[in-house]
Parts: sequence; structure tokens; C-alpha cells
Amino acid sequence: MNIQIKNGRLIDPKNNLDAQQDLFIAAGMIAAIGSAPPGFAAEKVIDAAGLVVAPGLIDLAARLREPGYEYKATLESEMDAAAAGGVTSLACPPDTDPPLDEPGLVEMLKHRAKNLSRAHLYPVGALTTALQGCELTEMAELADAGCVAFSQADAPLTDTRVLLRAMQYAATFGFSVWLRPQDSFLARDGVAHDGEVASRCGLPAIPVCAETIALSTMLALAQETGAKLHVCRISSAAGVEMVRAAKRQGLAVTCDVSQNHVHLSETDIGFFDPNCHLIPPLRSLRDRAALRAGLLDGTIDAICSNHAPVDDDAKQLPFAEAEAGATGLELLLPLLLKWARDEDIPLLPALAKATQQPAKILGLDAGHLSVGAAADICVFDPKAYWKVEPVALKSQGKNTPFTGLEVQGRVRYTLVDGQVVYQSA
Amino acid sequence: MKNPQLNNHGELRHLLTTEGLPAGIVRDILDRAATFLDAADGREIKKIPLLHGKAVFNLFFENSTRTRTTFEIAAKRLSADVVNLNIGSSSTNKGETLLDTVDNLCAMHAHMFVVRHAQSGAAHFIARHVAPEVHVINAGDGRHAHPTQALLDMFTIRHYKKEFHNLRVAIVGDVLHSRVARSQIHALTTLGVPEVRVVAPKTLLPAMVGNLGVHVYHDMAQGLKDVDVVLMLRLQNERMTGALLPSAQEYFKYYGLTQEKLALAKPDAIVMHPGPMNRGVEIDSSVADGTHSVILSQVTFGIAVRMAVMSMLAGAK
Repeated sequence: MNIQIKNGRLIDPKNNLDAQQDLFIAAGMIAAIGSAPPGFAAEKVIDAAGLVVAPGLIDLAARLREPGYEYKATLESEMDAAAAGGVTSLACPPDTDPPLDEPGLVEMLKHRAKNLSRAHLYPVGALTTALQGCELTEMAELADAGCVAFSQADAPLTDTRVLLRAMQYAATFGFSVWLRPQDSFLARDGVAHDGEVASRCGLPAIPVCAETIALSTMLALAQETGAKLHVCRISSAAGVEMVRAAKRQGLAVTCDVSQNHVHLSETDIGFFDPNCHLIPPLRSLRDRAALRAGLLDGTIDAICSNHAPVDDDAKQLPFAEAEAGATGLELLLPLLLKWARDEDIPLLPALAKATQQPAKILGLDAGHLSVGAAADICVFDPKAYWKVEPVALKSQGKNTPFTGLEVQGRVRYTLVDGQVVYQSA
Repeated sequence: MKNPQLNNHGELRHLLTTEGLPAGIVRDILDRAATFLDAADGREIKKIPLLHGKAVFNLFFENSTRTRTTFEIAAKRLSADVVNLNIGSSSTNKGETLLDTVDNLCAMHAHMFVVRHAQSGAAHFIARHVAPEVHVINAGDGRHAHPTQALLDMFTIRHYKKEFHNLRVAIVGDVLHSRVARSQIHALTTLGVPEVRVVAPKTLLPAMVGNLGVHVYHDMAQGLKDVDVVLMLRLQNERMTGALLPSAQEYFKYYGLTQEKLALAKPDAIVMHPGPMNRGVEIDSSVADGTHSVILSQVTFGIAVRMAVMSMLAGAK
């Protein structure tokens, strides 16, 4: 279908474009910007006056819960959530049941996602069999099946020799290794940051050194093996400083942070709010400030939703027993905009954290509005206010620490490969 | 954030923690507890019909005969109907969820829940979900709080020391895992005790315990110097297995309360312990049974304080 998006403010970080221009879509691709290509006849015209036309968002961590946890969420429900959130590409971690450790599973997942024809799905394969941290998966086969990187998700990998071998093997093929830094011994039984709130509330704690010790191991192994390392969900000031230093030394390392950690801290736990039971734990206000500074200076490349839908029964429990995680796909855009407003950052560099940068980490030709690129587009109203209300979310996971928050920025249209997959009422 | 313990009139609706409890309410509880003790010898507790016709459910997800019994006696002295439920160590492995259990008991017209649970925050969680006319008393949640224990400790201190504003108090032992210690610290600072100390090895202290308003000591001789009150904490045997302590013997040598160490405190210092005691681990028998010990008074006062809390909750709108 030929679509014309007119009167919108085009913002494309990769092409450094921020201007009011029309955009023309034909055959699922961006056919032209500015004036219509010769012979273009629009079958649909989207009037984007007052709206921003941006590349579709790319989320580096969205758990869709399939296979295995369909009672928490399904591909259908979460792909709907992605569309409603303006997310057109997402990477899903391998912590499904069974984990994404064999090509058949990955092919099935990709096939199911393709049939839904909403966001593009990029599975992250398991680094070790069953995520048990002992044996390597068939990474090359998994990559052929569609895996874009390899990860342990939140499962521990305590044997550093296995980690060394896994990174060596991944480096052989040029695959990226995505790791969340956490020493599993130091984090054992912990549910909150080892700070003021855990001290006061008597919650079993996870110290910052659980992050820095694991980070130091993985940075040393990345140096040793030459593997491309992506540090997932950094949470502490000390961790940010280590990544900053590694980047300064020229190490091929990238880094992301969850939107929860950009906006919240341990104090939000309040009177034991289980919605603030998250992985990694929410840390101090000082850590949050360092994460924001890391985003600003480029130490942290991307913001992700760390979408983890949890069913109510698993969440309606005392803090430590409640399952960790929060829904997030539909909040990625408004929380990105909130961060930009809080820090007085223009839209263009802010949007780069969820378009251009994650595309680069994934090695994708996506997240930009170049002529000839796939028409993955998010059209949003940057001024529209809405209140986060669990029942109104498309995601099957209704738990979020942002419940009741008045946010700004609402998706009006989401297009994937030139098809309108979401349109707000 | 609204204080979940108070109703819209600022009255006590639940007792969940001593943190953030207005000093006036703490004093009211202590004053009311005093009225339940016979003025003559300060021992006998009278039976009164304040909770007549009300059902008090002792909801114990973690075993504790001792605490449960004192709540039971307190409720019965107030003429309440008492139902004891020992639900075991974990709600989740019994099939029924914690919320279902609570909903069912609310449907049985419970008036008050006395809750003991292994998870920090469990009492807050239950208080968030009960029907509006139901009151929750936290009888210990994980490492978080044990407010009635702290209140009876305050009652005991006031009984022997009269005032709080001129005291030096040391809390000795496993503060990290102790709900009692956290509740004591908040109660003492709320009542205006100018110097609260904690004495323990670094493995048994929370990371930021100093932020609770206490002075931290690792050396017991220094920690006990010139204190008026020594609050001993119980040391669980499992602390020896988690690489927190090498042995009970070494612990006793450096952190156990002996006559010799107690001599560093003020001559009229009192020694308290929430029980049950591990004699020869955190406290020497000669101190536990000695002239400075007021440990058995704590138990008696505990019933009066729990009566005071229950009757105040029942009187709230």
C-alpha cells in the first residue's frame, strides 16, 4: 500500500534529521522524503500535523514468555503491546521454558512472530545449554536459525572457564555476547540493593560489588578473547564508571540500561511495593544519577524496556516472594520522553537511545528513516498526556511500578514494513 | 506516601512497625499498658471486657509458641474470642495463596489479625488487603519489624529508668537478621533517647545501619562503656553455617554478655533480652539470672503492652 504521512515532524537520529517533511511509503519501504516520488499515488494519507514521525523503536529486552510461560503472556498479547508502544523491532532474551538453546525453537518462534506480522522479532540465543552454564550451545546453528546474539539472560554462569570458552567461541564467528553482570554468590537470596532501604526494611540485599566483580570478569574476558561484549541492565554508579573506562581504553563494549532504573530508585520500594521488585535491584539515587550521566556521555548506549510480564498470582505476595519483573513495552516511549524532559535533552538524541543505538548493537539496518529502508515507523503525539492504568495496557502483564503515573507522549500510529499495525482511537 | 498504620483521623489502625509511629501514640500505648498492671505490685493483670464479642486470629506462618501465647493471653484478658492458626513456614507450598487465606478469614468476621511471617513486609502486604474494619498487628515479619516486642522493651525501660532523654542504650548482637533490633532502634529514637549504639561484628550489621540513627561499635568493651540499658539479641544457630561467624564459642568470647563486660556499663544498668535466650552463646547465665537482668519483667509487661495495643486498635474508628 502506498502511504503518505504528511505535515509531521520527522526526527531521525541516524540521519541527523529534525524537520517538518512529508514521508512516502511504497512496497513496505520508505520511497521518498520531502516530495512524492514520480507517479506516487497515495492510497492512504496519515495527517501527522502536531505529531512526531520517528523510526520505530527498537527494544533490546522484551520477554514475550513463549514458549513455556503462556500463563504470564503470549506472543499475541505482547506483540500487541509492542505495536501499541511504537516498538517495531525487539530482541527477546532466551529465558523461556525450554530456553532458546536449539535452532528448532528459534525457528518456531520466528515463524510464529512472522505470522502475526507485527514487530520484527530478534531472538537472543542461549549461551549455554539450558542456560545452565556448563556446555556451549550450537551458536552457529542458532545464528543460522535467526539468533542475533547470545546470552545467559538472568541465569548465573559461575564457571569462568566456561565463560572464557563461550566468549572465545562466539568471537570465532563474530557473534555478540550479551551479559548481565551479577556475581551469583554475592546476589544469592538478595531482593534489593544493599543500601539504606534494605537496611531499614530488613530485605535480603544484593551489594554493588556483585555487579562490579562480575563486570570486571567479563571485561577482562572480552579483552582476552576479542569477543563483542554487550553489558545488559547496568545498575550502579561503579558499574557505569567501569564501562566508561573500558570504552576509553578502546574495548569493543556496549551497554544498556532498563527504563525502570533511569526513573526509579530503592526509595520507590516504599512500603514493600512488589512492583519495585526488579532485576537488577533498584539502587540508590546516587546510582540513578550516575546511570543518567552515563546515558548523556554515551557510556550507556541504549535504554530498553526490560519488559517482563508477570501474572498477578506471582506478584500478589510479600516483596521477596513476589516474582521480579514489570511490564514495560508500552512505557518505553513515554519514559524515554520523560527522561529527555527531566534532563533537558532534545528529542533527536533522546530517540537515538531507542532507535539508532540499539540497531547498532543488534547489527541491524533499522532504526532510521532513510529512503529505501523498511518503513518501520512510530508516529506519536509528544504532548499528549495519559495515565498509566494497568487495565488499559495491551500486555498481559499488568504490573508496573509506574501505575498511576501521568506520562506524556502517546503513540498514534505504528507501521511495520509499511503496514499500519497500530492506530490509537 | 500515606502512613499505612494510621487512619484518616490519625489514630492507630494497624500496628506494623515502630518506624514512623508518632511519639504521642507510643506514649499512649505505654500509658495504657500501665493501667492494665495492678498499681500495688505492678504484676497482676486484670480481666476486662474491652474486646468482648470480637474475634482475634493469631495467624502464624512461622512457628512461635512464645509470642503467640502472650498474644493469646492478652486477647483473652480483654475477653476476645481467640483463634490460633499455625499455617507453617510458607504459605506458597500449601496450595492456597496468602491472599486467599486472608480473604477467607475476613469472611469469617475476623476483627483483628496477629500476623507472624518469615518475609519482611508480609504484615504490610496483609494490611493492604484486609477489609476496612479489620486490624492487623505485626507479630514479626522476616527481618523487618516486631513492634510489640520493641514497645514492651520501651515499657520496661521506662519502668526502671523513668525517662528516655538521658539514656545511653546499647543493642548487642545480630542486628542484620533482627526484626527486634530494627523496631527497638526506631522506638528508642522516637522516644528521644540521645545515644543508641549497636555492637556487633561487621558480618551481622546491615550495610547502612548508621543511617538508622545509631552509633556503630565492633568492640563490645567500648560499646558497653557507661550505658544505662543493654539490649541483647538472640543469635540463631544457622548464623554459624552461612560464613557469618566462625563458631558460637568465638562469638561468646567477643560478643557474649558476661559479668566482666557488664561491669563496664553504668552500675545501675539493666539487661534485657527478647527471648528465647541462648545461654553461653550471647549471654552468660550469671548475667541472665543476675541482679541487672529484667528479662522476666519484660515477659509480664509484654502481656500488658499487647493488651494496650489491641484495645487501642479496637477503639479506632
